[in-house]
Amino acid sequence: MAIETLTIGKALNTGLRKAMEADPRVVLMGEDIGKLGGVFRITDGLQKDFGEQRVIDTPLAEAGIVGTAVGLAIRGYRPVCEIQFDGFVYPAYDQIVCQVAKMHYRSRGKVRIPMVIRIPYGGGIGAVEHHSESPEAYFAHTAGLKVVSCSNPSDAHWMIQQAIASDDPIVFLEPKRRYWEKGDVETSGTVNGQLPLHSARVAREGSDATIVAYGPMVRVALDAAIAAEDDGRSLEVLDLRSISPLDTEPIFASVRKTGRLVVVHEAPSNVGIGAEIAARVTEQCFYSLEAPVLRVAGFDTPYPASRLEEDFLPDLDRVLDAVDRSFGF
Amino acid sequence: MAKGNEARTPADGGNFVVDPELVQLLTPDGERVDHPDYSVDFTDTEYRDLYRDLVVVRRLDAESTALQRQGELGIWASLLGQEAAQVGSGRALRSQDMAFPTYREHGVLYCRGIDPIMPLGLFRGVDQGGWDPNEFKFNMYTIVIGAQTLHATGYAMGVAMDGKVGSDDGEAVIAYFGDGATSQGDVNEAFVWSSVFNAPLVFFCQNNQYAISEPLERQTRVPLYHRASGFGFPGVRVDGNDVLASYAVTRAALDNARHGNGPTLIEAYTYRMGAHTTSDDPTRYRIAGELEAWQAKDPIKRVRIFLDKQGIADEAFFDEVDADATKQAIHLRERVLSMPDPQPTELFDNVYPHGSPLLDAQRDEFARYLDSFAGEAH
Repeated sequence: MAIETLTIGKALNTGLRKAMEADPRVVLMGEDIGKLGGVFRITDGLQKDFGEQRVIDTPLAEAGIVGTAVGLAIRGYRPVCEIQFDGFVYPAYDQIVCQVAKMHYRSRGKVRIPMVIRIPYGGGIGAVEHHSESPEAYFAHTAGLKVVSCSNPSDAHWMIQQAIASDDPIVFLEPKRRYWEKGDVETSGTVNGQLPLHSARVAREGSDATIVAYGPMVRVALDAAIAAEDDGRSLEVLDLRSISPLDTEPIFASVRKTGRLVVVHEAPSNVGIGAEIAARVTEQCFYSLEAPVLRVAGFDTPYPASRLEEDFLPDLDRVLDAVDRSFGF
Repeated sequence: MAKGNEARTPADGGNFVVDPELVQLLTPDGERVDHPDYSVDFTDTEYRDLYRDLVVVRRLDAESTALQRQGELGIWASLLGQEAAQVGSGRALRSQDMAFPTYREHGVLYCRGIDPIMPLGLFRGVDQGGWDPNEFKFNMYTIVIGAQTLHATGYAMGVAMDGKVGSDDGEAVIAYFGDGATSQGDVNEAFVWSSVFNAPLVFFCQNNQYAISEPLERQTRVPLYHRASGFGFPGVRVDGNDVLASYAVTRAALDNARHGNGPTLIEAYTYRMGAHTTSDDPTRYRIAGELEAWQAKDPIKRVRIFLDKQGIADEAFFDEVDADATKQAIHLRERVLSMPDPQPTELFDNVYPHGSPLLDAQRDEFARYLDSFAGEAH
């Protein structure tokens, strides 16, 4: 056993390092990921140790990053692309949605694209526009892609390794405002010994209502659960980890126990992940529900100027307010 | 003046001037001409084989167009008029080279030794490609304009990372695209990337003068091959209706790439004699006179004149090639007609390499739904 206390950022860095050591076909590609180590330093030191051929500083062209990664994957490499910020991924949208996602299907299983597209996402860092977005629903809507998000250092460390080892193309969303949060990571384990990549996790057990969250909102949900204790309410918090596919059984099991569900995400509510979860829970747990499924989400606006982002982002009080409303039915 | 070997430049006020840099080894009249930089050294047999390729490729294309007209294919993208560009470049590839086609490279596919039935599932609608690019050294057709140029660039970067450049045995990659694609961001990004990473790549642009209905003038104010210099690698314009020149220029560029000297842009100057696809109606946007001018530059006719004049082939040979082409076309037709339709539940297959519980559930539910009609006349 080797327990290390790491930030999410460092846990990703050490996870990437291990993945590169484990498989020489793993190459990292992105803007400023070499000497600089990425704008968030997630790839810090990797080019120095693995060379410019495996940690590639690319031209500033996101379609180029993902499009050339497709060719490298056909050649047998396992590319890990870094998109510098969430709002920069859209030039690569065609390559991701039309090419990456469909290659296995249209080749009738003959071509695999074992690609990871890492995207720092979400708000809360006081940035200018296009640097705080939550694009997960765009990708979750596309068959052939998988979408995951880590919420803590241990998951960051292991999920990135699992994603790189996976034969699926995976959009790997990193909660950028949590990069500096610390936690214990048991680093001596094996990739295969971890909770499967597409499994949800009960982050806190409870009995009165279920809160489902992922990525940066897991911390908010856990804080809400602590605060709710003062009101005498026991909240169960589920960390989805996988946004597509959704691991629905743990959600159904929790809702059958509590009868109430609040889904929390930063992305706008309209046609979002919360809507999908609400629909599936309604189909499968209709007779267990004591209240409609409620959503606490970003508003259906563009991401606002940074002085307004605390109003836009779901926080502890909005989650507790939703819990109150759920108990009002 | 018909759109031939000319380039429009801002300096002359937009008037057309004859482009002296067009590489040509066989004139439309079947005359062999020399070029200071490019040459071919074919045996008589090889000349005859090239002619056969051209005729067979055109005949198979005509058969596919007919199959579409008869409702047996959903759509067909004809290569009529572009046979020399495709056969010339296709035969220039060495066995270890990798090709990234658009959806019109049936002639290149044929010259790679691939059964021409392979892409017809896509056009019939029974699959979406379904072949292994690495098995055939020929990527699946790409529908999105220009997207494959980035795939080719990445693949070529992988070739270099594998240490497979720098010798006669080195590997080279060729990316096909059209004049319309040169306006796409992906193609321009591919130019940048292949240049700065010195990728062993040949960009083969078949400038067939039209992107569906839009003429070349809507895509560019400079000759397309001039674009390469801005990206830092050579560009060359070849007579795309001249199979010998297309071969020579492509072979030289591929060999240059495999030896580690980076990318080349080839602009194969040609003409799409037919429609963009069978869904198109070119009479709405181009005049008959233009077609006639290009018919005079037909890529097959000039080879036939050359073979005849040089005594390399006789009437009996030409007749035999026609018969061979017809035989292959009939064989192709028979196999198109006998392609099995996929089963409804197959639509759930191969979305993910290792399956999906969600899709398994949807497949089962859909199968039960279909079964619920069993015995009913519906």
